[in-house]
Amino acid sequence: MTEFLLHLTLIAYILATAGFLVNLITLRKDVEKFATYFLWAGLFIHTLSILLRWMSSGHPPIVSFHEVFSFLAWALCLAFLLFQMGHKLKALGAFISPIITLVTILSVIQPKKILPLPPVLQSYWLPIHASISLISYALLTMSFCISIMYLIQERQIKKKRLGAIFKRLPSLQTLDTMAEKCLKIGFPFLTLGIITGSIWAEKAWGAYWSWDPKETWSLITWLLYAALLHQRLTVGWRGKRSAYMTIIGFLALLFTFIGVTYFLPGAHSYAS
Amino acid sequence: MPLDMPSKEILVIGVNHKTAPVEVRERLALNQMENPPIKLFWELPSVREVVFLSTCNRVEVIAGVKDYSSAKDEIVDIWTKVAQVPTENFLKSTYIYKGKEAIRHVFRVASSLDSMVVGEPQILGQLKSAYRTAHELGCSGQILNKLMHKAFSVAKKIRTETRIASQAVSISYAAVELAKKIFGDLSGKSAMLIGAGEMAELAAQHLITNGISELKVANRTLERAIELSKTLGGEAISLAEVEDALIEVDIVISSTGAPGFVVKKEQIQKIMRPRRHRLLFFIDIAVPRDVDPEINDIENCYVFDIDELKEVVEENKAERQKEAVKAERIIDSEIIKFKSWLSSLDIVPVIRGLQEKAESIRKKELTKTLKNLKNLDEKELKAIEKLTQSLVSKILHDPIIFLKKGNSENKEEALVMISKIFSLNGINERQETLKKQSHSCEDTDKKASTNGQF
Repeated sequence: MTEFLLHLTLIAYILATAGFLVNLITLRKDVEKFATYFLWAGLFIHTLSILLRWMSSGHPPIVSFHEVFSFLAWALCLAFLLFQMGHKLKALGAFISPIITLVTILSVIQPKKILPLPPVLQSYWLPIHASISLISYALLTMSFCISIMYLIQERQIKKKRLGAIFKRLPSLQTLDTMAEKCLKIGFPFLTLGIITGSIWAEKAWGAYWSWDPKETWSLITWLLYAALLHQRLTVGWRGKRSAYMTIIGFLALLFTFIGVTYFLPGAHSYAS
Repeated sequence: MPLDMPSKEILVIGVNHKTAPVEVRERLALNQMENPPIKLFWELPSVREVVFLSTCNRVEVIAGVKDYSSAKDEIVDIWTKVAQVPTENFLKSTYIYKGKEAIRHVFRVASSLDSMVVGEPQILGQLKSAYRTAHELGCSGQILNKLMHKAFSVAKKIRTETRIASQAVSISYAAVELAKKIFGDLSGKSAMLIGAGEMAELAAQHLITNGISELKVANRTLERAIELSKTLGGEAISLAEVEDALIEVDIVISSTGAPGFVVKKEQIQKIMRPRRHRLLFFIDIAVPRDVDPEINDIENCYVFDIDELKEVVEENKAERQKEAVKAERIIDSEIIKFKSWLSSLDIVPVIRGLQEKAESIRKKELTKTLKNLKNLDEKELKAIEKLTQSLVSKILHDPIIFLKKGNSENKEEALVMISKIFSLNGINERQETLKKQSHSCEDTDKKASTNGQF
């Protein structure tokens, strides 16, 4: 049943993505509206699927890769929809929805067996730490997408190519402000994720920080984002430089999230 | 139930920027008259309804008339006389459209397809106010009411369904559009004019209407700067203060006559840190250029010179032309709808005449027959009444369906034929008298619009 619901979710997300892309090309507003509806429908079914899995497994479903990707896609979708309700950043859907779809596909192709929870993970810190971290990932992914849009638009204006792409993307300042907004909400979540993680580590292994690869890399990521925010606030960094920094930070985040598990195994590897 | 005989035929006579020079257009606008010029045409015997449109680019009489040629002659006659334009000159520079082409013309004018700058929206407002005048003076009737409202909705449809008006087609406007793509919302942003040329002034005005909150004006002669800053509502500064001002402002419009660069790259490199790297947009409309183009390479700085802006404008114009093709297609389909409405106007009086005639015959014959049949009870009376009614309606059913559904080409013929066969001539006479009444009474319009609801 959970699996069926997740497939249904994926279909809704794919339809939404198609809608946003069609909207990007034809600029038809009605298509965008339908795409947004599909995304809301997808989110609803997705929520059901996560809740059902929680009930049948008995622990919060943020343990295996399958579950983590599913939750991340869910958080990303929710973050985007809430963000769009407030800001209506045009063309963002066409950038975010493919990522939501991609992450959902990653989730669907992972082994879906429910595994017994290893004793170390059996703690109420698991849902707190994991969900906070994944929410920060979702928000930072948003700021990554907006930064990409910024760089594309910046290039169009600098090179004076004022064609179709230029017309479809929002203004530079809007993009910059919105990327910053996502960063400013995402970063505290990231910080909180690391803090809760270290508290949990103390409870589980007896030490707050043990330089495990995952910990090291999340610290690197945190430092990159901290530096970026610092520069933005003190020196007034913005625009291209800030966008590049956001992208570098996101790549570090990606490595922390997935890369570490594959290349530098440690205590943090997801159950599989 | 008054039968409203519509004017039916639509006639447009007019001049625009393409057909007549401004001297002729001025004269034909009849601005010197004491009464509204529309009255002049309204009083012509062949003119049933009229709207008089007069803008700086066009003067037009849009009329609902009884008969083309006499109406045309009357309008040309009185117009040339009052405007004091020789008739040959007048005919040479005017266009005259009738029927379908007149409808098309009105739709095109309303949608700004006939404008000097295709897609500029002012004309719609001008047409609306011309119509309002006509409406208030009681000069518009059923046909023109419908035509005008249709024209307004066509214009709106074209505006929303094509991108005909979404492109900036003047340099100053293009500059503002670019500023919006850089800064998003312009409110809270500040601009500086260096040099006080006309085009710079225009661009500044556009920026102000788009919500810019602060304006500085720098000029070689301070008097001119002060004068301009007064008209635009800004602050005048001297050229020496420009460098400091560059730290503050977001948009710079430069148009001095200086031979070299007025804004140099080193200057800008120096100020970006004190500016806290805020975006800086240069609009350089001076020839030779005022702003070093290499400033464009500095992070968060954008420089557009006049040639680049011109290129934007040219591309946008081409885009508008493409969109205009789409708009013409929309107009084609709307003309068909309007024409079918027009032709439906003819059918109604004929159908009604047919029904009335049949009904009166039925009643007359029924009373005659019933006089001789005295011993009928109520039930039988009812049956006979019913019989006559259904005979009439069954016989009329096919001709009425034929009238309603017949294709538009032979509709006229069919109407005439049916009127003749059933000798419905009385209808036309009655319509004539009603027409005259409505011509003199002020609430023509109300009546017409209620009648136009089928």
